[in-house]
Amino acid sequence: MWMTELPPFVPFFIAALLAMVTRGNLRNLILLATPVLGGLHLWFDVSPGIITTTSIMEFELQLMRTDRLSLLFGYLFHIASFIAVVFALQVRDTTQYVSSMLYAGSALGAVFAGDLITLFIFWELLAISSVFLIWARRSERAIRAGMRYLAIQVSSGLLLLAGALLHYNETGSLVFDYIGLEGLDGFENLGGLLIFLAFGIKCAFPFLHNWLTDAYPEATSTGTVFLSAFTTKVAVYALARGFPGTEILIYIGAVMTCFPIFFAVIENDLRRVLAYSMINQIGFMVCGIGVGTALALNGAVAHAFNDVLFKGLLFMSMGAVLFRTGTTNGSDLGGLYRSMPKTATLCIVGACSISAFPLFSGFVSKSMVMAAMIEEGYDFLWLMLLFASAGVFHHAGIKIPYFAFFAHDSGIRTEEAPLNMLVAMSIAAVLCIFIGIQPEILYALLPWEAEYIPYDTTHVLSQLQLLFFSALAFVWLNKQGLYPPELHSVNIDIEWLYRKLLPATAIGVYSTSREIGRHLKYSTKASLKGVVNAMRSTRTAQLHLATSWPTGSMVFWIAVILGLFLVANVIH
Amino acid sequence: MTERDKKKHLFDNPRNVSLLLRSFYFICAFLFILDFILHRHVTLSWENIPGFYALFGFVACVALVLIAKQMRKILMRKEDYYDVDD
Repeated sequence: MWMTELPPFVPFFIAALLAMVTRGNLRNLILLATPVLGGLHLWFDVSPGIITTTSIMEFELQLMRTDRLSLLFGYLFHIASFIAVVFALQVRDTTQYVSSMLYAGSALGAVFAGDLITLFIFWELLAISSVFLIWARRSERAIRAGMRYLAIQVSSGLLLLAGALLHYNETGSLVFDYIGLEGLDGFENLGGLLIFLAFGIKCAFPFLHNWLTDAYPEATSTGTVFLSAFTTKVAVYALARGFPGTEILIYIGAVMTCFPIFFAVIENDLRRVLAYSMINQIGFMVCGIGVGTALALNGAVAHAFNDVLFKGLLFMSMGAVLFRTGTTNGSDLGGLYRSMPKTATLCIVGACSISAFPLFSGFVSKSMVMAAMIEEGYDFLWLMLLFASAGVFHHAGIKIPYFAFFAHDSGIRTEEAPLNMLVAMSIAAVLCIFIGIQPEILYALLPWEAEYIPYDTTHVLSQLQLLFFSALAFVWLNKQGLYPPELHSVNIDIEWLYRKLLPATAIGVYSTSREIGRHLKYSTKASLKGVVNAMRSTRTAQLHLATSWPTGSMVFWIAVILGLFLVANVIH
Repeated sequence: MTERDKKKHLFDNPRNVSLLLRSFYFICAFLFILDFILHRHVTLSWENIPGFYALFGFVACVALVLIAKQMRKILMRKEDYYDVDD
């Protein structure tokens, strides 16, 4: 096909340009062919160990460096962008097509970046290209959410740049490999810390997570599918490369698995429920990266791979609901299985996968992380992850399909999702089941050497018990009337700090300082008046120089003096 | 209303719902009993508790929902909370 050294983002950027000038079937063909050809090229022609450099202004950039880790994410992003393009084929919006191609290309650029500056460039391009998928909703809310998203994402990039420069200062190298957090006590690794925080923002660490749940549900029905695939997974990739075995990640990850599920239970917007559940899933990956053994790291990246597919599938099913009904609020939906039975079935496949039912994809990857946690003796944290596993079934596995497609009949009668949407969801669903049944194929692609057999009696039985009894809890709570109803509401999260407290404080500070300023002006004026009057009453005030002169006359006399100097100089 | 909209659907019939629920209860009971029949290799001490995973799943989810319900009292605001200034 094309040359081996061509960085994988290039075809996507060319496709973005072509999408600008083409329309109709030709454009669809270009958009579909790009990930297919790019993916086949990557699969057949590109092997680990390729390095492509280019120099810009005497600076060497490694635009492409392949190893098993970057290639795995490369395959994944090609599959994800193909599915998302199929899902979006009915959209007639050039902005969305151009930005989604740029966005997918940037994600590929980031995972194949060999140095931190190249990573930074694609890191920022990810932010800038993806925000248009939020703005494309063209509502006031979406525009504001997009602005907040952009501000946070760009700050993450700036942290990365500052960290990269400090890291260069400290180590003399910009190559993007293991960075780690060692040497923080003596401030010898400040660069590493800044890079860690930059990755942490994109990875939705606790307290840095709110951009995700704020912005993703505001994007277009098709835009969220793209968004869910790339940004956070690039961050997981970056953590796996830069900070494997960093112990604090296990604790961060464990918190990430647990806290979002509480929000997910009481959240009304089902796409926001999925956004919270996304943080929960990334938590498992972050834990795996923190444990840092071959099994744990394999589990983390395998789960990232599967998450893109099943979370994509769930976001697609909710996207289809949004496309047909105009809402994803649990309080307004219900009973849609009557009009959208195929979407409902596909959604259930996604729900089974995310809940890690045996024979579905989540089971074969999440269990690797859990097993590695036990092997390394993190018993208590393992228990937290087990709680989160039960919880994810509860809010994503049951709540999403139940409140959208079953529950009480909302009376909404609509049509089945368009054919292209059904095809896209079916591809994702088939992959979810295929990986669940044939995990060896995914395992063979994993970067590290580790043996793991997911299907043994103990493991299958304990997982089935956990899930069925979680479902039993749902049934029981519902029958008892204890289950919290879906209500029109928002729940305050950390974003309250910058959406309420900060503006309120700013307005408070402004109006208080204006008041103080006014008071100061009057009191100073009054006291100055006193001094002036006192001066006037003295005898010296009668002298010529003591009287107040107009500014104009002062300027005039200075001009005269300067003029005299000039004349004197010339004569001299 | 067209003909299709008046059609009876799968779960419009209460018998189907109760059939689904009964098979679900049966599977739950079956899985619980399997714990005592199949040999499990355990690594952690608490896995020795009979029906550990079943009990944990049930208790965890009930606790999750009840705590989340209490959280609503603190966290829940009107839908336009962020759109209006105080």
